[in-house]
Order: sequence, then structure tokens, then C-alpha cells
Amino acid sequence: MTFVTPEIAWAPLAPILIVLVAASAAILIEAFIRTPATRRIVQLAVALIALVGALGTAAVQWALLEGAGTVVMDGMITVDRQALAWQSMILVFGVLGMILFAARTRAGEEAFTPLGSTAPGSIEETLARRKGLQLTEVFPLGLFAVGGMMLFTSVTDYIFLFVALEVFSLPLYILVALSRRRRLLSQEGALKYFLLGAFSSAIFLFGAALVYGATAHTSYSAVAYAMELGGANDALLVTGAVLIVAGLLFKIGAVPFHSWTPDAYQGAPTPVTAFMAAATKAAATAALLRIMYTSLHPLEWELSWLFWAAAIASMALGTVLALVQTDVKRMLAYSSVAHAGFILVAFAGLEGEALSALPFYLLAYGLASIGAFAVVTQVRERTEDGSVGAEAVRLGQWAGLGKRSPLLAGAMSLFLLSFAGIPLTAGFVGKFEAFSAAIAGGGWPLVLIAVIASAVAAFFYVRLVVLMFLTDVPDGAEDDIAVEDSPLARLVIWVTAVATVLLGILPAGVLGLFEDAAVLLVSLGA
Amino acid sequence: MFPFLTILVAVPAVGAALLWALPASARGRAREIALAVTGLELALFAVMALQFDKSDAGAFQFSEVYSWIPQIGTSWALGVNGLGLLMIALSVILTPLAILAAWREDKDESRRRHYMALILLSLAFMVGIFAARDVFLFYVLFEAMLIPLYFMIGGFGGVQRRYAAVKFLLYSLAGGLIMLVAVVALYFVGPGGEQAFLTDNLTGIDLPVTTERLMFLAFFLAFAIKAPMVPLHTWLPDVAESARAGTTALLVAVLDKIGTFGMITLCLALFPEAARWAAPVIIVLAVISVIYGALLAIGQRNMFRLVAFTSVSHFGVMVLGIFAFQVTSMEGAAFYMFNHGLSTGALFLLVGFLVSRYGTADVDAYGGLQKVMPVFAGTFLVVGLSALSLPGLSPFVSEIMVFIGAYPVAAAAVIVSAVSVVLAALYILLTYKSVFTGPVRADLGEARELTLRERLVTWPLVGLMLLLGFLPGIAIDYLSAPAADAVAQVTIEEAGA
Repeated sequence: MTFVTPEIAWAPLAPILIVLVAASAAILIEAFIRTPATRRIVQLAVALIALVGALGTAAVQWALLEGAGTVVMDGMITVDRQALAWQSMILVFGVLGMILFAARTRAGEEAFTPLGSTAPGSIEETLARRKGLQLTEVFPLGLFAVGGMMLFTSVTDYIFLFVALEVFSLPLYILVALSRRRRLLSQEGALKYFLLGAFSSAIFLFGAALVYGATAHTSYSAVAYAMELGGANDALLVTGAVLIVAGLLFKIGAVPFHSWTPDAYQGAPTPVTAFMAAATKAAATAALLRIMYTSLHPLEWELSWLFWAAAIASMALGTVLALVQTDVKRMLAYSSVAHAGFILVAFAGLEGEALSALPFYLLAYGLASIGAFAVVTQVRERTEDGSVGAEAVRLGQWAGLGKRSPLLAGAMSLFLLSFAGIPLTAGFVGKFEAFSAAIAGGGWPLVLIAVIASAVAAFFYVRLVVLMFLTDVPDGAEDDIAVEDSPLARLVIWVTAVATVLLGILPAGVLGLFEDAAVLLVSLGA
Repeated sequence: MFPFLTILVAVPAVGAALLWALPASARGRAREIALAVTGLELALFAVMALQFDKSDAGAFQFSEVYSWIPQIGTSWALGVNGLGLLMIALSVILTPLAILAAWREDKDESRRRHYMALILLSLAFMVGIFAARDVFLFYVLFEAMLIPLYFMIGGFGGVQRRYAAVKFLLYSLAGGLIMLVAVVALYFVGPGGEQAFLTDNLTGIDLPVTTERLMFLAFFLAFAIKAPMVPLHTWLPDVAESARAGTTALLVAVLDKIGTFGMITLCLALFPEAARWAAPVIIVLAVISVIYGALLAIGQRNMFRLVAFTSVSHFGVMVLGIFAFQVTSMEGAAFYMFNHGLSTGALFLLVGFLVSRYGTADVDAYGGLQKVMPVFAGTFLVVGLSALSLPGLSPFVSEIMVFIGAYPVAAAAVIVSAVSVVLAALYILLTYKSVFTGPVRADLGEARELTLRERLVTWPLVGLMLLLGFLPGIAIDYLSAPAADAVAQVTIEEAGA
């Protein structure tokens, strides 16, 4: 038996490798630097340098790219402009997320528990807190998640996709469980996320196995080719394809695979929620796009009912359930379910427009999500002894926030308006693009439903705006809320707010980039 | 060419930003700054209006086209014909008056600053909308305008204001989003490319009949909500009752005209065949609006609600004039859009002054005021008479033009609608009677005559109504060509078909 050394084009993989190598190095840092305070600063610096460096490398790759892209590792990975665009977006979310991870309250409290292994409320926990322990593993975990997601967007092989899926999912399961406050809720959310995530991975893997059974291939393009040749076992193929898509719909958070979203979003430390909401959805959308456009497009007709049904159900259920939430994080979670529906709307008809529309949509959505959750970290309850406590997540507690902190409430309103798709925000341009793609593909009934859902959704976004600006602080509750001003969190809020406005008013540049990126090396009919 | 229109949009927008960014020491001067900004706006507008070539009023002048988001084919394209010019005139005239009217409304400096900034911001949007020559730009401004308005209604006014603001927002948003579907569709049925949304490029395109009708309906629905037509009008009385008088004056006098303006400039221009197809139904709805609005106005005891319902009635007349597709009726409708702004704006502001004195808009709470406040009563009477279209005041000219113009094609509709003039006499005169005549109500307390500030707010409007009542030609010169063009767009094709 002879082994052939595979030829690997390392350069196109550089952005991903930088992040994953930095993540591995960060684990060593964890072991060798003993002082928590130093370790935290070093970890943050390593993470940011790695992410920004990867972003720069991705830009260089983009410029150097000749033709449509590069196939790496015998077709396991394809680096084309589409992949680079998504990777850059995930890197941007990663940078913003890491800064949020590091943000601390005025009292020096961070979002993560000092020692993940302690039981909530135990003596060990109190001890860990008193000793000033800090959980700096979150940075390498975050880096692994970012690296896995980047990989996820450029993989072109079903089995390898499963690996990438686990690389980014496992760190997230842990991160979700690490909240400093409300730890039981956090662990419950993480458990639910983990169990359902494992379940969906299994479904995905089962689907991939069935497709392999039908076509004897695991590479995207080979599967498509085999399907076009015909002769494959159709029942096996369609079942497999449906299961594969279902596995990805789970990560996007579409109905009926959404049930983890509210619990995971609510339980996770808010910086993790921010990062997860933005980046996971982007990575999963990218993978779904690539699969649909390069591998399963011969089954477009058979699968379209799945997209239509999931889109309609997500929009309807997400919107209706968001209406009745009384918890800000849960409301945003259900709104993300509705947004998953809007994303799926763009898949109607598999038109080329979706390839440039969806990156913009996810960018707009991700920026607003990170911004909105960053705002959530700033609004705190005040405990009886006057110190600052947990985040104030009950909707009623936000009443009159516009009076306490007009800029913060203004930024939050901006993010909500962007979610609602009001013109002059990035969300509007994104929605416009997504709807255009759907109409181009003949999906106008879907768009009509999406429009109605948007109108209803506007109600609960606006309800929060009303609470903040038009409702007075309840009598006697003036001192119940404390508004933090953590510099790092503020930085994230302002960056995302400015980006949301800029992308709403002058989106031409970014839209142009994504239009250039709308090239898949192996694409429809190839 | 000097970019007049962009500057007219930018000045109030920058003014609003300035007010929000004002350092703490200067915040007390918010009113003065807002007034100065609108003064500058008015002056700039006057300079522009003088350069407008009246002999070519049908053409779009002061055109500016800059590529905005080429990927989706939209441009920052502005330009006005005579109609647009007149609507912008209405906006820049009424806004400073609304600011003056709100001069003493807020005790709190910070609230006052916000209100002034919101007014300026909505002025920027108004000018932009009336000048937009790109459907996408129009849509963006049309929707974005909801934000300042929402806060103006929901943040400043009576107890029910939040309910009213939400109702307003949901109605408008629903209409707007349905219009969005048609806007997106326009990209695909139109020529596409980098200027896909320029109205010039979109007129005269051939569409499948069903597509055109659906798109027309989507646009029309949005505009019918804005120009409150029965049965989509119910948000207006609630808003009028709860919002501040100045807000409502701007809303009804200017912003609701965007509905009728959009019908003329977009619905008719882009979908002429569908407009003809829908015209009979729309005219029937318009007549229902005219009569129903007037009847309900008679039944109102709250003066704000009353004026709101009269507007529903008057908007019906405008829509009737537009969809009769006659040059004279179209001219009349366009002219009425301006005149109704003057008369209803003044009426809302006057009621507002009354409420600021006695704290209630309830007709039954008043009596005999003309003995103690003769100037107030006189002004109210003149403005009220303009609302019932008394000859000599400008609304009369426009209303009669609509009726005369539409008679040959929609005689029945005109005859029924004309009844509204009688009904108008009822609601205006009955209101006047119970508020101003009879014995002075003792429980009203001390009377305060119309102050200098209040005269400065209302008398310019009365002056304009008188001027245009006797010399309507001044304005109609600007409207004839656009009206003729609008009618031609709908009817030429018919003659050819």
C-alpha cells in the first residue's frame, strides 16, 4: 500500500489556519501564564491579533485570487470569493464578539463565571470568585468556534463539513454554559443546545450517509454530477438531501428546528449570545447556500417545498411568539427565528441574486444582533445593597431607558429599526435584497407573506422603542436599574451602530464586494 | 447647476442633527435655532422658486441625478415640476408656523429641543419626497418619515397618544410594506440596470395586465392609507385627537398629501392602464369618503376629531378629481392639495390655541367666545368658511374646478359629492355657533385674545387663502402643465388602444 502525499495549497487556507493555530497557542498560554489578569490581557491580544491578521490575509487572498477560486485538498475545501466574503464577515463578528467577551462592568465583573466546574451557589464558586479567578478559556474557545465557522463556509465535502460543524459547535456548547449570573438557566440552555445540536448533527450525518449510499460520493460536485447522470436511487437521494438540509436548518434556527434558540440565547452569557446569533447564522447560511448551489440543485424542485414550508413556518411562528415574550433576550431569540424565515425566503428559486443578497442580509443582521445584545449587557439591575447586579432582561425594566441614557436607548432603537427593516438602516437594504432574490426566483407569494410578517414584527420591535422613549420610569423604580458604561461594550455598540447606518445609507461599496463574491467555483449546472 | 433641492433636503436635516448635538449651554435656544433654520429654508426655497421656469411647468426642473446604490439600480434623483414645487412651498411655509405654534408648549427644555429637531427632520423628508424622481428613493423617504412622525405623535400630546402613534405606525407600515413588494417587482419588470428606479425610465413600460394591476393596487393601497380614504382612514381621527395640534396640522396639511401626490406622480404615471381599470371603483370610494367623512364630522363633539373627519371628506374630493382623468379636475385636485393644506392647517392650529387656553377640545365645553375674543372668533370664522369652500377663498376655486372638471365623466359622483358642501356648512357653522355665539360660559374663566405669536401663525395662511381665492391664476399657472401631462399619460394610451 502506498501513500500519496497530498498536494495542499496552503496559502488559500491561511486565514483559517491563522485562527486555528492561534486557538491552539492560546491553550498553551492558558497553561503557562499563571496570573489571571495578565493572562486575560494576553489572551485578548492574541485573539484580536489573530482575527485581524486573518482578516488581512483573507483580503490579500481575495486580491490574489485568479479566476473563480482554488480547490484545496482534493476537493475537500474550495476557497473562492464567496468563501472569502463569508470568512471575512465571520472574522468581523469574531472581533466584535471577542471585545464583548472582554468587556467588564464598572465593578470589574465579567460575563463569565470564574470557574466553570463549580456548582451554582456552591462554596467553591464563592471561593473562586473571592480568589479573583477568571475564565480566560473563553478566548481560545471563541477562536476555535470562529475557525470552525470559517472552515464551514468553504468546505465542499459532506463528511468534512460534519467535522467543521463539530469544530465550531462544541466550543459554543461550552461557552453557552458559562454565564456568571443565572447559572442554572445558562447550564440548562447549554444542555438543551448540546442535546439538540448532537441530534441535528446525527440527522445531518445520516443524510450524508444516505446521499453517499445513493451516489457513492461525498464531494458536493461529484454528488451533483451523479444526480445529473441519473440512475441513482431517488428515494434514498431525496431522503438524504432532506436530512442534510434539516441539519443545517437547525444551525440557522429555522422552524421546526428552532426550539433550542430561546433557551440558548437566554441562558448564554450575553456576549456569547451576541457572537452566536450573528456568526452561527452566517456560517450556516453560507454552507446551505453552497450546498444548494453546488450540490443539491438538481433536486431543487423536490426540496423547494421544504424551503417554502420552513420559511413560512419560521416567519409566522417567530413573529407570533416574539410578540408574547417578556424577556428581551428571548424576544430577540424569537426575532432571530423570524429572520431565519426571511433568509430562507431568498432561497426561493435558487436565483443568482441570492448569492449576493444573503451575505449582505447576514452582515446587516449580524451587526444589529451584536449591537443589540451589547446594549443588553449595559442595562443592569441594582441589588438591594446598591451594587450592580445581573442584566435587566424583563421588558418592563427597560421603561424610560431613553431618559436615563438617551444615546444607549437611541442605539438600541437603531438596531431594532434595522431588524424591522425600516429604510435608512442596513436591515432595510438587506431585506430589499433578499426579497429581490425571491421575486427573481418567482417566490412572490413568499415575499408577500414575508411582508406581512415584517409588519407584525415591527410591532414588537417598536414596543421596545416605545418602552424606552415614550414610557416613564415607573414610580419608585427610579433606582432599580443601573446603566453600565463599560468602554469595550460601548466601543462595540458604537461601531455596530455606525455600520448599521452607513450600510443603510451608502451600501453601494459593500454590495459591490458581495456582488463580486457571488461566484462559486463549482456552481449551478457546472 | 446649483443643487437647490439637495440643499433644501440637507438644511433641515443638518438643523435637526445640530439641535440634537447642541451643547448644554445653548439648549434653551432650540426654538430660535429651529425657526432660523426654517427661515433659511424658506429663503432658499424662494430663491429657487424665482428661478423656476413657469412657462415649462410640466417639465422637471432643478434636476439632479447621482448614482446611489448602482447594484439595485437606485439613484439620488431629485427634480420638481409645478406640482412638486407647490407642495414643497406648502411644506416650507407650514413648518415655521408649526414651530411658532409649539413655541410655548413644552416647559421642559430637553423635550422642546427634541420636538423641534423632529419637526426639522420631517421637513427634510417632506421636501425629499416631493422632489424624489426615483421610486426607490421615494419609498425610502416615505417609510423613513414614519420615524420622526411616530415620535412626534407618541411623545407629545394627549393621554391616548401612544395608542394613536402605534395605530398610525402599523397602518402606515402595512401600506408601505405592501408597496415595497411592488417596488421590488418594478426592478424586475422595468429596464433594470443602474438607473432602474428613475421614474422616467419606468414610465411607458409594457406590463402584463395582471402584473400591472397588482402593482398598481399595492402602490394605491399605501397612498390611500396616507391620504386617508374610507375605509382606511380610522387612524387619522385618533391621531388628531391625541397628538399636538402642530403635529396634526403638519400631518394633515402636508404629509397626507403625499398620498394624493403619489397617486398622481406614481400610480398614474407608472400604471396608466391599471389606473383606468380601477378608476370607477376608486371614484365610488372617493364619493363614500366625501359623504361619510362629512356626516361623521357633523357627529363629532371633539374639535380635533371633527377637523380630521372633514379632511377625510376633502381628500375624497381630491381623489375624485384625480381619478376623473380630466385636465380641469386634475388641476383642481392639485390646487386643492395646496389649499386644503392652508385651511386645514390653520383650522387645526386654531383649535390647538383654543385647547391651550381651556384644556379641552370638546365643543360642548365652550360658548359665547366671540364676545370676549372677537379677533379669535373672526379668524376662526374665516378659516372655517374656507373649509366649507366659500367663494373668495382659495379652496372654493379648487373644489369647483374638481366638480366642473369631473362632471362630464362622472356626473353622478359629482352630484352626490356636491352635497358635501351643504354638509360642510353644517359642521362648520354648527361648531362656530356652539363655541363662539350665545351667552359667554361663566365657567370658562378669563379669556385671552389671539396673541401676536398666534396671529403670526394663522394670518399668513388666511392671507394666502384670500390671495389665491381672488387670483388663483398665480398658482394654477404652475399646475396646468403637470395636470395636463398627468391626464395625458393615462388617456393617450387609451386613444391609441
